[in-house]
Amino acid sequence: MAKHEYSYYPGCSSQDGASSSNLKRSIDTMCEELDVKLNEIPDWNCCSTSIGYGGGSVLPRMTLSARNIALSEEHNPNQDIVATCAACWLATKEAAERFREDENFLQEANTALAEANLKLTNKTPIRHMAEVLIEDIGYESLASGVKKPLEGIKIAGYVGCQTNRPFGIDGESFENPMYLDKMVDALGADSIPTYEKKVQCCGGALAFSEPEKSQEIIKGIIEAAYDNGADMIATPCPLCQANVEIYQDDINAKYGTKFEMPVVYYSQLISVAYGRNATDAALDGQIIKAKKLEDIAK
Amino acid sequence: MSDMNTAMVEKYRSNFLKEVEANVEEGQWVKMCMQCGVCSGSCPLGPHWPHPPQEIFMMIRAGKRDEVLTSESMWLCTSCYNCIVRCPRELPITHIMHGLASYAKKLGLTPAKQPTAEFSQIFWDNMMKKGRVNELKLGLSLYFKDGFGQGIKNAMANQKLGMNMMKAKRMSAAEFFGGHGVKDISGLQKMIKKAEEIEAAKLEAN
Repeated sequence: MAKHEYSYYPGCSSQDGASSSNLKRSIDTMCEELDVKLNEIPDWNCCSTSIGYGGGSVLPRMTLSARNIALSEEHNPNQDIVATCAACWLATKEAAERFREDENFLQEANTALAEANLKLTNKTPIRHMAEVLIEDIGYESLASGVKKPLEGIKIAGYVGCQTNRPFGIDGESFENPMYLDKMVDALGADSIPTYEKKVQCCGGALAFSEPEKSQEIIKGIIEAAYDNGADMIATPCPLCQANVEIYQDDINAKYGTKFEMPVVYYSQLISVAYGRNATDAALDGQIIKAKKLEDIAK
Repeated sequence: MSDMNTAMVEKYRSNFLKEVEANVEEGQWVKMCMQCGVCSGSCPLGPHWPHPPQEIFMMIRAGKRDEVLTSESMWLCTSCYNCIVRCPRELPITHIMHGLASYAKKLGLTPAKQPTAEFSQIFWDNMMKKGRVNELKLGLSLYFKDGFGQGIKNAMANQKLGMNMMKAKRMSAAEFFGGHGVKDISGLQKMIKKAEEIEAAKLEAN
């Protein structure tokens, strides 16, 4: 039996052929190494993330999350739900809290859920994978399994918004969370405590609807990484990863910059540090290659 | 003016704050705003908002119904939650902004061609078809929202980005034909329809 077992909510962008399929692949590798078993919630649906509010108002939106929690309670009983996507975690946890605070609201959701023959008891803790690493595994234990320390790589820990606000990770400060830096250090790489854009918003979903405004703030996130001497940026959030990586060509064209800054996931760092190869760590999913990680993963 | 908007104007005639408290997500918190301005200063797109959150709260109290509900402001919320964690009175500002946007849209007051309002609806419709987001179709719908000609232009401009994503296996042409989805899609759609009915009945009663 695995040391740790959870009910897993991977989310839409983690699916095969989707924008953070590389997150899921590296999470799978990381979990093999850490003896973590993830039981996917059968038939899970989209949480409607932080942009669904124009089409769906509050009850329909939160009922989407209610369905996922109810499915988890039915098929993976007594297992904490663990999400790897910031927005999935936020939407699910937010819904669970709202149902807990307001009995009528829970009843309304259950009336809707009955149409799909489901019932929500809402007793399940909703957690992020970063919390599993910190609270259930721990930095020391994480460090003890490192086979190939990521020596000499300077990594800007870009926490972003929703893997930090509004719920917080491990009770840390919203303004200067340290958990990502601690993970980076545990893997033998060099964290950058002075990376001032660590909790700056990347524009989120507005990178699609307001590209100019969003790319202006993304530029600042990358620029600060260069200013701090970073070799790469690491993040826990799939939308942060995509937004900060994929528009660098557009930003260069508009602002005359020469950005070529790799943006990777913590799960890729862990996979490489635990001795896995570049494919297992999903480094082939990079648009801007993380060469220093590839060299170690060889 | 939509029928629902006319009905709400009639009902709350001189009290917009009451209308917001009754009908907008977390609207009961609006009167607690103490006008410190931390939310406005903390907003990543704050400089682009015609009226930042602090102003929106005061305008609601001052009864500026049309100015608030037809504003682009709340559609510039990136859901970063900075305002929520910094508000000295812990107002759920992000949710109130989503709530105002959602309510304005229901009443048909959203500015025409507001890009985030359009994207939000495209996202919802996309997701509701199969219960999961189809990213490829989401991107294409966004490119082609202003017609075929503009769509081709947008697609050409983003061709390299698309090729990069395909090469990294982070975008798949197969998604165009079917793609991922939940098995019990009819159950999911019935469930959402019921949730919408419950909500519509509450709005009617308020």
